[in-house]
Amino acid sequence: MVKKIGTFRVKSGLAQMLKGGVIMDVVNAEQARISEKAGAVAVMALERVPADIRATGGVARMSDPRMIKEIQKAVTIPVMAKCRIGHFVEAQILEALDVDYVDESEVLTPADEQFHIDKTKFTAPFVCGAKDLGQALRRISEGAAMIRTKGEAGSGNIVEAVRHIRTVRSEIDEIQKLHKSGNTKKLREKAAEYRVAYDLVVQTAKLGRLPVVNFAAGGIATPADAALCMQLGVDGVFVGSGIFKSAEPKKRAKAIVDAVAHFRDAKKIAQVSENMGDAMKGQELSKLETRYSHRGI
Amino acid sequence: MLRVGILAFHGDVSEHLRASKGAAEKLKRKIIVSEVRTRSDLNGLDALIIPGGESTTLQKLCEREGMFPAMKKIKNIFGTCAGAILLAKKVRNKATNQRTIELMNIEVERNAYGRQNESFEKEIGTTLGKMVATFIRAPHINNVGKGVTVLAKDGGEILACEQRVGDKYYLALSFHPELTTTKFHEYFLNQVASAR
Repeated sequence: MVKKIGTFRVKSGLAQMLKGGVIMDVVNAEQARISEKAGAVAVMALERVPADIRATGGVARMSDPRMIKEIQKAVTIPVMAKCRIGHFVEAQILEALDVDYVDESEVLTPADEQFHIDKTKFTAPFVCGAKDLGQALRRISEGAAMIRTKGEAGSGNIVEAVRHIRTVRSEIDEIQKLHKSGNTKKLREKAAEYRVAYDLVVQTAKLGRLPVVNFAAGGIATPADAALCMQLGVDGVFVGSGIFKSAEPKKRAKAIVDAVAHFRDAKKIAQVSENMGDAMKGQELSKLETRYSHRGI
Repeated sequence: MLRVGILAFHGDVSEHLRASKGAAEKLKRKIIVSEVRTRSDLNGLDALIIPGGESTTLQKLCEREGMFPAMKKIKNIFGTCAGAILLAKKVRNKATNQRTIELMNIEVERNAYGRQNESFEKEIGTTLGKMVATFIRAPHINNVGKGVTVLAKDGGEILACEQRVGDKYYLALSFHPELTTTKFHEYFLNQVASAR
């Protein structure tokens, strides 16, 4: 009867406990405390929120370990942090810092154009972005214990998040139909197209959903945005720039938590949306210089 | 027919839903499982399950709905992990302003094993038999007071316990049986049924 750490059940278990919750990007201890107070289920520690990464430009890397430690000290809820796509040494550092989840994130500048991190080698669980079913299943094959549909981070524009949620949904519907009609030939072709094991495609088809917890991310700026993602079927939401780039972060953070908890209750969402001050200034995607959601393979 | 509610705004709600239905099937007992998000959702329940999740978040969402007084009137409550924290009268390593429903005579320490890297699974012995138990940033049940019966221990650590207070029944676990077994859900449903 030995203790087993870092098993897939333990890794995906934490994501299962986060469902129905809001994970907020924070850049310092004070923002982390505000998030915890508002009812966030976890915080994502990073040096600059995506909107600022866009504005400043340059190469975006893993955060300063000291900042991560300060945030870990400030709150009792889980603390996540981002490493660059394929940068397994940044991931090793984050694991050594005892972060609760590593986000291998396209918001940072990718370090490897060919390979994502082999996440099975880590005790720490990973969350990865995906814009379609193929990406999601490839990340799960590499050991990701949680998926977030990508959206367009730092844009304040929900359109890309919606597109990715709908894409994953319709692709799952498609393999589900193939599975129900016993069309194994087409299912095998799908597995080849997605570059993943046939069994994983079948498992997903049987479940009718991704086999791991799936949050939405990227461009969520209002309680209504968050509830929209929830009604489209995701398990929870990440809010990046949307909170601390708004006029009144405390109110907005709480309102988004309430909107996710009561995502089918329009009256409640109307109530919490009242008098919140300005949301972050959003951007047309066609005006963006870099599309983070296009990063990763 | 038993009416079981699951506190549903956050946490591993669907896992408890599946485990409850699985348990009812094994017991050949009819149950109605409903999701609880408001005070009125608590009306007429025979039992309530508080899932795993973030205890601070669960507390806030309950308090914003003014649910604690009504939850105190529920006859049977089963809490796992965060749910156990919400049932405890005493909590260590609290977040600022953290409060609980204060129903069980137990002291619980949040995140007692450490961060996620220390989360683990292990086969444990319980009064219901052996099972694989999953501990996710789990709390410790540091000690139990008068009237509380321990149902599982590992080394010196208390992992599961129950308490009757008048006509009320409470069951608290530091781990997540809903991820691996229906045994504790069967046990809970039997308690709920026998009290009726």
